[in-house]
Amino acid sequence: MKKSLNLLLAGVTSLGLSLGAYAEDYITLASTTSTENSGLFASILPKFEDATGIQVRVVAVGTGQAFEIARRGDADSLLVHDTTGEERFVENGFATERADVMYNDFVLIGPAGDPANISQAQSAREAFAAIAEAEAPFASRGDDSGTNRAELRHWKHAGVDPDGDWYRELGSGMGPTLNTAAAMGAYVMSDRATWVAFGNRQDLKLLFEGDKVLFNQYGSLLLSSEKHPHLKHEMASKWHSWLLSAEGQQAISDFRVSGQQLFFPNAK
Amino acid sequence: MENNAFYVALTLLFNLDASLYQIVALSLQVSLLAVLIAALFGFPLGAAVAIWRFPGRGGMIVALNALMGLPPVVAGLMVYLLLSRAGPLGDWGLLFTPGAMVLAQVVLVLPILAALSRQKVEDLLGEYREQFVSLGMSKLRMMPTLLWDARFALLTVLLAGFGRASAEVGAVMMVGGNIDGVTRVMTTSIVLETGKGNLPLALALGMVLLALVMLINAGAYLLGELSRRRVG
Repeated sequence: MKKSLNLLLAGVTSLGLSLGAYAEDYITLASTTSTENSGLFASILPKFEDATGIQVRVVAVGTGQAFEIARRGDADSLLVHDTTGEERFVENGFATERADVMYNDFVLIGPAGDPANISQAQSAREAFAAIAEAEAPFASRGDDSGTNRAELRHWKHAGVDPDGDWYRELGSGMGPTLNTAAAMGAYVMSDRATWVAFGNRQDLKLLFEGDKVLFNQYGSLLLSSEKHPHLKHEMASKWHSWLLSAEGQQAISDFRVSGQQLFFPNAK
Repeated sequence: MENNAFYVALTLLFNLDASLYQIVALSLQVSLLAVLIAALFGFPLGAAVAIWRFPGRGGMIVALNALMGLPPVVAGLMVYLLLSRAGPLGDWGLLFTPGAMVLAQVVLVLPILAALSRQKVEDLLGEYREQFVSLGMSKLRMMPTLLWDARFALLTVLLAGFGRASAEVGAVMMVGGNIDGVTRVMTTSIVLETGKGNLPLALALGMVLLALVMLINAGAYLLGELSRRRVG
């Protein structure tokens, strides 16, 4: 019996030791699912690591949750897409600096039959209004993410209070929402990156794009070490300035999915 | 062909994809470690509740049994709030590391091991009681004897715990963050690939996970049979 207890302890120790062996030079970045799922990070992070030796560990969640993670001091850096929320974050003292990094755009996806006829719309406002008018099923993220917040702004802009059977709040990420929309034959607003990289389109098609109001600005936030002194501030500021540097901006525009550029650098 | 999950699963396995290997290794490490740690505390706890009579014992048994149904995402949330920098154990810096995932799974598995081993030990105690009394054995001495003699049944209990740990996704997603190359395990990859719309790949990963769990169960079964035969 001693033997089996020793064996158990040996197992615990060896499994535990091998888990402990990880690099020290890393920062934790809270970011959005669109940047992670499209493969952007897999493409640019190795370049940053080569240049600085710093590993960036990405926790990809909705923008609302990303803010919460940073607020609690659980991330060293933040890259999200909700300019209003980002500015408020700086005002509240959680971040010292916010900078434009890149943009992509939102697109409206829907069943190929296009029952609300949004492909003929002249503006995003018209397209959203047409969906509400036709009461065609619309799948909303409903998760307080950057995309969800943007979508709600577009409804407001179109003078629609999205309510009723046709408006379905799913409370899930971009990918799962596209999966559900494909199964329901519903309209959905997606960021272009997730849509282009998405593999389960079924009957879904890109129906509306190109209106300037659909631009989706990403910002990097340099978090305040005053609120959370344990943050790896020095490494995080290297990451922040690399994103804005010529090198980082180049890495972003070099990223392609099936030959298509998905993120457009626009740091000032 | 590329859309057939079986085909994708086989390609994944035969190409010995490096990142898949890493994901599988981490899954096994985290879940096995969690089960072993939970066993260190859970089995003695279960045996103690079986042997001793104390006020509130009934309530404790009910609580242990009920906690077997603790939703993984609740366990994850509790461990998240505990390990978050703003939480009581924030200084440990464990959030978004494999250590946090182990802790969350220990929380999930411990009640299962304690509740089921309590039942097994209590049954055995019924058989042995007269002998113990005639030998004048203390309750503290009964504990190791009973646990040892129940070892084959406890192996099954251990497997139930491992099944729970390796199958859950809510807790490891929340406290691990599904970080590529650091905290990404089988179940969180399946969620990720489903989100990307790569359904065949997601299903293939599910098959790999299932095959692994099957292997571990077969190994445990063989081990049990062999030692049972040796004991006679």
